[in-house]
Parts: sequence; C-alpha cells; structure tokens
Amino acid sequence: MSSQDIPEENLPAEQDTHGAVGVADEKNPFADPGLPPHEHRIQDVDERAAKRSERSVALLFTVSMLATVGFIASYVAIPADESVYIWPIGHISAMNFALGMTLGIALFTIGAGAVHWARTLMSDLEIADERHPIEAPPEVKTKVMADFKQGAKESALGRRKLIRNTMFGALALFPLSGVILLRDLGPLPGDKLRHTLWSKGKLLVNMNTNEPLRPSDVAVGSLTFAKPEGLEEHDEDFQTEIAKAALLIVRIQPENIKDKQELEWSHEGIVAYSKICTHVGCPISLYEQQTHHVLCPCHQSTFDLSDGARVIFGPAGHALPQLRIGVNDEGYLEALGDFAEPVGPAFWERG
Amino acid sequence: MSTNQTTEARRGKAPAGERVADWADGRLGIYSLAKANMRKIFPDHWSFMLGEVCLYSFIIIILTGVYLTLFFHPSMNEVEYHGSYVPLQGQLMSEAFNSTMHISFDVRGGLLIRQIHHWAALVFLAGMFVHMMRVFFTGAFRKPREVNWLFGFLLFVLGMFTGFTGYSLPDDLLSGTGVRFMEGAILSVPIVGTYLSFFLFGGEFPGGDFVARFYSVHILLLPGIMLGLVVAHLILVFYHKHTQFAGPGKTNNNVVGMPLLPVYMAKAGGFFFLVFGVIAAISAIAQINPIWAIGPYRPDQVSTGAQPDWYMGFSEGLIRVMPGWEINFWGHTLVLGVFIPLVIFPLVLVAIAVYPFIESWVTGDRREHHILDRPRNAPTRTAFGVAWITLYMVLLIGGGNDLWATHFHLSINSITWFVRIAFFVGPVLAFVITKRICLGLQRRDKEKVLHGRESGIIKRLPHGEFIEVHEPLSQDALHTLTAHEQYEPLAIGPTVDENGVERKVKGSERLRAKLSEAYFGEESQIPKPTVEEYKEITSGHGHH
Ligand code: HEM
Ligand code: FES
Repeated sequence: MSSQDIPEENLPAEQDTHGAVGVADEKNPFADPGLPPHEHRIQDVDERAAKRSERSVALLFTVSMLATVGFIASYVAIPADESVYIWPIGHISAMNFALGMTLGIALFTIGAGAVHWARTLMSDLEIADERHPIEAPPEVKTKVMADFKQGAKESALGRRKLIRNTMFGALALFPLSGVILLRDLGPLPGDKLRHTLWSKGKLLVNMNTNEPLRPSDVAVGSLTFAKPEGLEEHDEDFQTEIAKAALLIVRIQPENIKDKQELEWSHEGIVAYSKICTHVGCPISLYEQQTHHVLCPCHQSTFDLSDGARVIFGPAGHALPQLRIGVNDEGYLEALGDFAEPVGPAFWERG
Repeated sequence: MSTNQTTEARRGKAPAGERVADWADGRLGIYSLAKANMRKIFPDHWSFMLGEVCLYSFIIIILTGVYLTLFFHPSMNEVEYHGSYVPLQGQLMSEAFNSTMHISFDVRGGLLIRQIHHWAALVFLAGMFVHMMRVFFTGAFRKPREVNWLFGFLLFVLGMFTGFTGYSLPDDLLSGTGVRFMEGAILSVPIVGTYLSFFLFGGEFPGGDFVARFYSVHILLLPGIMLGLVVAHLILVFYHKHTQFAGPGKTNNNVVGMPLLPVYMAKAGGFFFLVFGVIAAISAIAQINPIWAIGPYRPDQVSTGAQPDWYMGFSEGLIRVMPGWEINFWGHTLVLGVFIPLVIFPLVLVAIAVYPFIESWVTGDRREHHILDRPRNAPTRTAFGVAWITLYMVLLIGGGNDLWATHFHLSINSITWFVRIAFFVGPVLAFVITKRICLGLQRRDKEKVLHGRESGIIKRLPHGEFIEVHEPLSQDALHTLTAHEQYEPLAIGPTVDENGVERKVKGSERLRAKLSEAYFGEESQIPKPTVEEYKEITSGHGHH
C-alpha cells in the first residue's frame, strides 16, 4: 500500500475544518493573531544606553587584542618545561595553561563582543519570509520527464540491447580490479594464529629481569610474567610475537590444583598460562592469591588458575591455554612444547 | 559623452569594495546569489545552536588537525625515547608515540593544540548527539528533511570512527588496548574474520602497519567524506529553510526570524569564537589523554580502568555484559559472545536512523512540515526516542561497569546483571512512562486553554468557598497551544466492496493500521480543545 492510498480525511489538514477554523461568523479564539508588535529595547530609544553597549563591545574587542599580545608574550617568555600550581587543578604545564587561557580569552571576547553587538544594537525586528514548496510544479515535472524520454530515445539504449548489456557488464566488472588490488594488504592467516614462539626446550625468561627462571624464583602468591628465551625487546617483530607468547606463571600447592591435566602440565605446582585474555585479547594483570583467580582488567573476565583456568566470571568464552612446562638439566624452567591450542581471542577456524 | 567614458567615470567613483564585487559578479554571479541569501531569514531558538556547535568544532578539529600533521610521524618503527620527559627516557616506543611526546613536550603550544583537537572531538560528537536528539524530538526530520536527517546521522557515525582512529594514532597503552579490542571483535566474524583482521593489520596483530593505515583513514578518507556531507547538509538547510516552532505569525508557509546580514551573521560568527574560546580554555585547564602517564603500547601490558572515549562507550557496554557464548562445531568456532555485540552495535544506531521512514509510513502524510512539534504532542515518537536514549545510556553504564563498581562500592556482578536486565526492560519502561508523561502534559495544556492559567490569587466566594482565580490566556498563547495537528488513526476500511466481493487485506496494511492506532488512537493522544468547547466554557463563566 503506497501513501497515495491514504484516505484524505485522515490527514490533519482535513480534520481541522471541523475544529479550529470552522466557525464562520464569530471570531475564532484560536486563530493566528499574526506577528506580535515589535517591542523596543532600551538601546533603541535611549542613545545613552546604546552608547554604553557600544563601549562594552569595544571593550571586549580590546580585551581580545590584549589577550593575543599575552599569547605571544607567553610563547616567547615561558620555558617549555616550567610547571605552575593552579588552584584547584594542581601542578600543570605553565606554557599550556598560559597559551590556552590567552587564546581562549582572545577568541571568547571576539565572540562575546559580536553577540552583544547583535543583540543590543542591530535591529531586532522579526521578519517573515515566504516558503515555497520544494517539489517542482507539475509543468516542470512534465517537461523534465519529456526531456528525459527524448534523451533516452536518442541514446537508443532501450533498443540496442547488445550495447546496453555489454556496457552494464563492463561497468560491473571493472571495479573488480580495485578489489583485487587490496589483496596485498596482508598475508593470508594460514595457521599463524595457532603457533607461538614457544617450543620444546625454550627457557622461560622473566619479563622483568630478563633472566631465565628457576623454580625457586617463583614464590607462592606472586604473579610472574615470562617470555620465551631469545625474544628481545629490540627485535623487529617483538610486539607481534609477545602478543601471542606472553606468559603468566604462578605457584599453587599441588594438592590445591583441581584439574588433572593442569597438574600434569605443571612443575612442582608451578603453572604457566597464556597471559592473553581469551575474550578480545587484553593482557591479564591482576591476581588474587587466596583464590588463585586472575582478572582481566578490560572487561573483568575472571579465570580460576587452580582449575584449568576456566572462566568463572565475565564475557570470556573459554579457558586460558596452558603451557606445558618442566625443568631442564641445569635446573631452569623450560617449555615442553608450544601451546596445545591457539592463544587469545577465539576465531572462526579455531575449532 | 560616449558610453566608454561613462564607465570610466563610474569606475573612478565606485568604492574599491564595490569594484571587487563587480569583478567577482562578472565571473561568479555573486549578486544573484546574494540577492537570494544575504537577507535570508533565520529563526531564533537556543536549540538551533546545537548544529552550529557541531559545525564549529568540526572546523576547529580540521585547523588543529592540520597543525598536528606537521609534527606527527605515523610510523610504528621502534625507537628509543630521548626527549625531555625524563621518566620515559631510554624506553622503546613507536615513532608515532615518540612524535606525540615531541608534540606534547618540545613543540611550544603543541600540547595545547593536541588537547584542543581532542576536546573538540569530544564536543563535536556530543554536539552531534544532542543536535540529533533535538531534530528527533521536534519532528524536524519530516518531509522534506529526511535526506538531511540521514546526512546528519552518517556524520555522527563517521565521527565516531574518525575519533576512534584518531585516538589510536599516538599508539599509547590505552588506545592500543582499544585497537586490540577491535581486532578481537573482527576475529569473531564468522568465516572471514581472520582474513579481515590480517588484511587490516597487514598480518598478525599488532604488526607494523596499522598506525600508518589509520592515519590516512583519519586525516584524509573520513574527514574528506565528512566535509562533503557537512557541505551538503548546510546546503540543504539553506535550501529547505529553517524549521520553526508554532507561535503567533508563524505558519507552515513562512519563516519568521532575523536576516542573515547582519544579525544572524554576527551571532553565528560570534558563536564560532565563543565555542573556540571555550574549548581553548578547557584545553588549558583540563588535561586529556596524557600519553606520557599512560606509556607506549605493549601487547602484553595494560593499564587498569581502560576506557574508550565516551562515544565508543556503548559498544564497550555491549561487549562487557554479553555472556561469553562460544559454539564449537566441525572444527569451527562461532564466537557469539563477541559477534552478537558486534552486530547489535550497528543495529542500535540504525534503529534511530530509520525511525523517520517508519513514522512517515505509518502516518502516510506526504505534506511538507516546517512547524516543529512539541515533544509532548507526538507521544509515541517521544516515547520511542526516550526508549532509545535509555538503551544507549544503559549500555554506557555497562561500558563503565568497573568505574561504577569502584566509585559506588558495588559488585561488578550485580552491575552486569543490572545492565543485562535493563537492556531489555529499561527501554520498555521508558517508553510507557514517557508516553504517560506526554499525555499528562497534553491534558495540562488542554486545561490551560479551556480554563486559563493559574494566577496564584485565591478568592473567597460569598458562601465561603476558596477558589484560585484562573486568568484567561492571551490569543497568542491560545493559538500556540492549539496549533499542533492531530492525526486520526488509519482504518483498514470495509473488507467487502459494494459488490460483495471480499478484498484481500495485506499483512502490511494490517500492521500499519495497528501501528496507526497505537500512534493516534484514544490511548495515545488527548484530543485538543475545540472552539466549541472553549466557547461553551468561557460563556458559562459569563464574565470574560
Ligand atoms: C573530523 C573529525 C576528527 C576527529 C573526531 C578527530 C579526533 C582525534 C582524536 C580524538 C585524536 C587523538 C588526540 C590525542 O589525544 O592524542 C586525534 C589525533 C590526530 N588527529 Fe584527528 N580528528 C579529526 C580530524 C582530523 C583531521 C581532519 C586531521 C588532519 C588533517 C587530523 C589529524 C590528527 C593527527 C595528526 C592526530 C595524531 C596526533 C596526536 O595524537 O597528537 N584529525 N584526532
Ligand atoms: S579482553 Fe579480557 S575480558 Fe575482555
């Protein structure tokens, strides 16, 4: 049903006839009385008041000029590293404060002057302008339709189907080149998200000290962050590698570990889990030592490290992957392989 | 005297300004343009300034943005910091972060421009939001302004993404966390998610490309589109002329106000400086995004209380309160816990964008509307709008659940459940309550028209009763309060025609009749006072 089918009497313009405007002989109390008479402001009748307004506006513009001078002076005079105490904000950069305030005042007073001028001294007589329908009148529409028909006929697009169809084909195909060109925006995912730098025999290196960890370095109740041996901050792909390989390590009394596999993959109660939250990938950073819960600060997903790091609260969809660890001949903690499942946020191919 | 001499003579006399204008008119036709527009009438209402706030903050953003490009290096190459901010010296960071540090500490006034850019972005988006709501609640989106409504809506959405790409540029710990969030969300898209992510980041996250890519999107692609939309938006505002509220002398066929030259130009031009001045002053005193305190981005580090800029907050809310559903099948994972929020995010926005078209379908009204509605006189629309805002605000609360928890000592768990329930219940409640308030206000208007305004004067009648004297309203007020139109609900009409043949009533037609009843039925509007009612009552009182 298109809008044309609306019965006319449902439109308010029609209904109005039995309401507001219908009463013929007597005066309609709701009728539009027309524009109210113009009321003069004090500045319109009292030249002294007008002069006062003029002086206020000029004063505002003058303040603006002074503020700009102040801006330049601050730029030149204030050392870039000086800080000032401004109540109640505290210590802030003197340069930033001075430049911002002078600029702000210079601009604000121009605006205030202009608005005051407009409100008090320019004519405040309200004027009514006619509106004209946006829609073209029927003659115009008829003319345009006829012109278009003529143009279409002269192009013979409708008649010469072969031209039309091949043209549409060509126009539809050529944007493909543009799409193809986007192919090299990035490599295909392949199985990159399934692997990290961890592999059998890689030492667990303490993130803070950059030293390989021994079991004795991991105390009960503390949260240790680790990276795989060989990955250094200055490496070109450090950011991308650490985004997958970051590890968190805690020590739990073995008898408190509820998950069998977790216990098997741990070493003397030391367990290593991916630090990357399985929700959308924030690093996990908070540890509650009594409960062995770790918390992701981004959306509060909480994982129970004593029970396979399963999700006990929050929007994460699955447990943190565990890294299987052991100790090598020299007594250092080492990985016994890569993570068994992809780390970080879930994705379609994860399975 | 030959004609040549006349022109010579005139040229000699005309003031320089006029000669320049003549020159330009001969080439650009500016006199015809000015004839139509120089004294164009603009109605005055405080809410009409909201759009101006958006325009001016957009201009401020462009000016300051161009300045920032002079110093900002959109590169993710890792460098060691050797600038003047001591605590970070020797630390590794991307060039993007390094150059933002340079802007903040070593370029005099650079910090100010950065802060103005960021504050103006917040004002820009807040301005667009409130402006959009003004247009919505007054029905200014009705014909002929539907296209301009869409332009405005697009500006709001593009503004969100321009802001997001902008605050990701410094590559600090906070914004990097936001980018990671986005990458996680993209990964959740079924089938193509990993491919999209690899194409966007040039490989695995974070890689070395995204700052440069965001940069061209942030300073060229999106602002370019937005500039085009802003110009189109303004041309349409000029072409349609401004709407106005009902009042004495104001009709659907005129526009009442002050001329562009001089009053409106002075006010609007002045207002630009007011907005700029206020934003500059805010940037002088209120620090925003102190990247030096946050530090450079590292995928394995995070700052607590990570929050996006406010306009992204509702997407944050969606992702925070969604349960972590994941479905595994045939070696694939459907990450509903992230993907559903990702789908609802645009749907929330689209819901408000398409509303004007739904309303015009329900009313079937094809006339132009230049007189604004008072929100109370369109209860269903107003109620829908408030319901939408309620949804938006509930999600904003969800986005800041950790802040609420720490500030008000609540548990995250209970806030999450509150938001989950309020997501469904809140809008419904808001709808019902708003509609009732609107109807109450309509009833009050009717009272006022029929019985006059309460004067506050108490009179004692001869038999001892006290009454409050009601003053009759002026004709101005009577007109203003009764000027709105009221639709009648649409009837499907007889389903059997005069020959007894049954007419098929389409489902859409039935739906439309139902909606129309919901909009304009007895439950949904108070019939406005009629002249007869008014006369009967006033003559009953006798003494007017
Ligand atoms: C149109 C809407 C725009 C919005 C909403 C917007 C928003 C932002 C935001 C929030 C930031 C982060 C600032 C910070 O705290 O560090 C930013 C950074 C930046 N923007 Fe924009 N911007 C816009 C347009 C532009 C334009 C047109 C340009 C340049 C022509 C530009 C150039 C920049 C540059 C170079 C930066 C990085 C420098 C820095 O972060 O200090 N922006 N933008
Ligand atoms: S990223 Fe950890 S809860 Fe969202």
